[in-house]
Amino acid sequence: MNPRVQIRFLPDQRRLHLHDGPIDLIVEAFGQATEVESAYRAACTRFETLLDELCSELLFLRRPCSPDGEWPRGAVARRMTAAVMPYASEYFITPMAAVAGAVAEEILAAMLAVGQLARAYVNDGGDIALHLAPGEKFVIGMVERPDRPSLFGTAILQFSDPVRGIATSGWRGRSFSLGIADAVTVLADRAAVADAAATMIANTVDLPGHPSIVRVAACELAPDCDLGDRLVTQAIGVLSRAEVSQALHAGAMTAERMRKIGLIRAAALNLRGETRIVGSIGESMPSVIERGLVHA
Amino acid sequence: MADDAIRCDACPVLCYIKPGRTGSCDRYGNHDGKLVRLDPHVVLDRTVESGKAVVPFLERSRDWDGTLVSHGETFVTAIGAGTTYPDYKPAPFIISSQVEGVDMVTVVTEGIFSYCGVKVKIDTDRHLGAECSTVRAQGEAVGHVTTSEYGSQMLSLGGVRHLTGGSRREGTATCDALLSLCNGKAVELEIDEGAKVVVQAGKPPIVDGVQEQRMRVGCGSATIGMFARQWFGKVDEVVVVDDHITGVLSEHQAGKLLGVPETGIRLKGRRSTPGRYFQVAEPGTSWGGTNIDDPLAILGKFNAKKAWGGMRLLMVSTTGEQHAYFELDDDLRPVEKELPQNLRESVARIRENCEPALCTVLFMGGAGGSLRAGVTENPVRLTRSVRDALTRVTCGGVPVYVWPGGGITFMVDVVRMPHNAFGYVPTPALVAPIEFTLKLSDYAALGGHVAEIRPLSSVATDGRQRILARGDAGRSGK
Repeated sequence: MNPRVQIRFLPDQRRLHLHDGPIDLIVEAFGQATEVESAYRAACTRFETLLDELCSELLFLRRPCSPDGEWPRGAVARRMTAAVMPYASEYFITPMAAVAGAVAEEILAAMLAVGQLARAYVNDGGDIALHLAPGEKFVIGMVERPDRPSLFGTAILQFSDPVRGIATSGWRGRSFSLGIADAVTVLADRAAVADAAATMIANTVDLPGHPSIVRVAACELAPDCDLGDRLVTQAIGVLSRAEVSQALHAGAMTAERMRKIGLIRAAALNLRGETRIVGSIGESMPSVIERGLVHA
Repeated sequence: MADDAIRCDACPVLCYIKPGRTGSCDRYGNHDGKLVRLDPHVVLDRTVESGKAVVPFLERSRDWDGTLVSHGETFVTAIGAGTTYPDYKPAPFIISSQVEGVDMVTVVTEGIFSYCGVKVKIDTDRHLGAECSTVRAQGEAVGHVTTSEYGSQMLSLGGVRHLTGGSRREGTATCDALLSLCNGKAVELEIDEGAKVVVQAGKPPIVDGVQEQRMRVGCGSATIGMFARQWFGKVDEVVVVDDHITGVLSEHQAGKLLGVPETGIRLKGRRSTPGRYFQVAEPGTSWGGTNIDDPLAILGKFNAKKAWGGMRLLMVSTTGEQHAYFELDDDLRPVEKELPQNLRESVARIRENCEPALCTVLFMGGAGGSLRAGVTENPVRLTRSVRDALTRVTCGGVPVYVWPGGGITFMVDVVRMPHNAFGYVPTPALVAPIEFTLKLSDYAALGGHVAEIRPLSSVATDGRQRILARGDAGRSGK
């Protein structure tokens, strides 16, 4: 028994909250009560050892990947590595870029292995793994202000859509970013893939060398960060509309390349109230374009 | 590991955390070298404020599952809602908040007050620095001296230019100073070619190591006007020394009306109107906010045609803290004597009429941008609604003054807000709570996200929040 793990139902008595160290998962399954119950049990059992497994290979996971390099042992670690591998030959990326999505995926997989579920999701801090049975759908909301959960856009995902993973990345998020995007939300076939892609796209929403962007070596902020002495965004001053456009364009090009080779299905890139959409999924993200300014 | 980083052992990730930052969980941070757990959500409970006990408080203090409770007269503040520590993505809170018709939400960014600062009013006549002089904290420019007010020196600190427009160090020092001032902590400020002043909201200022006691009763001329009748007959001449307007009883309208005879006194400085003199000395931290320690330094030779031997002269500052009594000798030179008892009372009266000198700190921020987009799809309607007083803006539950004109730029007195209501992000920028309160019908009318309104009853009730009466946070046992 892992004494750190906290498992409880949220007050609605439907959604499960799993917490260990930096991991917080909100899990919900839909289907027959007995199936849901066994799925939840499976999620909890799988969750117990998950953080310890990851941490046993943490040093490895914080190192950049290379296509002909070694692979980690753990199932989650392997999901992470697989998700970042497409970028490894050309870019600096470590498996940590996909950790949240990979955790979500792993828990969802454990649930689906034991239960017949109509729908299910595992939400790991905004990086989400989804399951849909035929005829089912999910409505996904996107917000930028956590304290005021109002939506700037919604996406409806049907069974027929290939999307089963959603992730969001940005420089003000929990992880550091090399770019300046406020938020890049990615829809992809799997959560770990979406997570890695969101990180990569957010990194390229950028204005290299721009004087009003304050960048600090990641290790200055967090000594054991996987980004080492790479400069991460810490503040952004005034940007002209043209500059915002330019930065978004750079990110959108990256996203479009990823979409063309099938890494992702769609992406919404946000910077200073401007939004670029790449790809589309049914009714996804119609209202984001109309959105107002980001800054208070 | 260098730089005071500490290793967090709360989980096997074992983060090294630098001072002022959090580990990868955003739940534990390095605060002055100590590993601390972040604050839970703050709820201002009006019932508690009025002395009645209600909602259970932090039954298990450690685990915040991100849920809020609200019932009765509980007012949910924004404190802790969005962020409590650097770059805090409050995953548990937002993710668990279920919105009507939506199964889940994905979040990454955080609203912050990029445009913010504080206006500091320091009740003192002592010269702190010339207008526009740079104000420094930790050696970095964090603001400037602005237009002085009646009996007070004013500082304007913060703003985007210092927060993000200068060097990293400047931004950090500015953010630190603002955060401390807003959270009611003392901050030492140094003014270029001026004074060193320790400022703390609701406390007397400490100017160059000396704690200020009183705010002046009025300018020198006003002091003459207020006390002329009490001096009449007990003394021949009174000079109230003031850096702004020094008053002279015999020449002042108040003295004339009483029939006080001319005394042949001559003052240095520039005469404004009869009995009122500007610039009798340089600004300073001594008598009446001037630089003089010897009041006679502002007097010229007495006019032999008008003055007389034995003439009685009282010189006093605008706070009554400094005073001296002279009588002219036969050569019309002032000789200092002990203050007679009957004048002692009037000097004491000046002191008595002075209010205690305080520092007051108003937080000022602009909520004209995305804050509004979070409230309505049509942000300008929120601005108009605030203007039309249909929407009430509060900051940590405290009413604010909304500046007229465009946008929602507001000011709020930080001492009325709950303790530690402010946070920061390493941008650097301040994180302040802000709430918009309005009628449901008005909300619908302004294009609000009506479908996303959550009834209070749908918000959790397991006491996972902190309840504070205003200004009472010290007792909450953090």
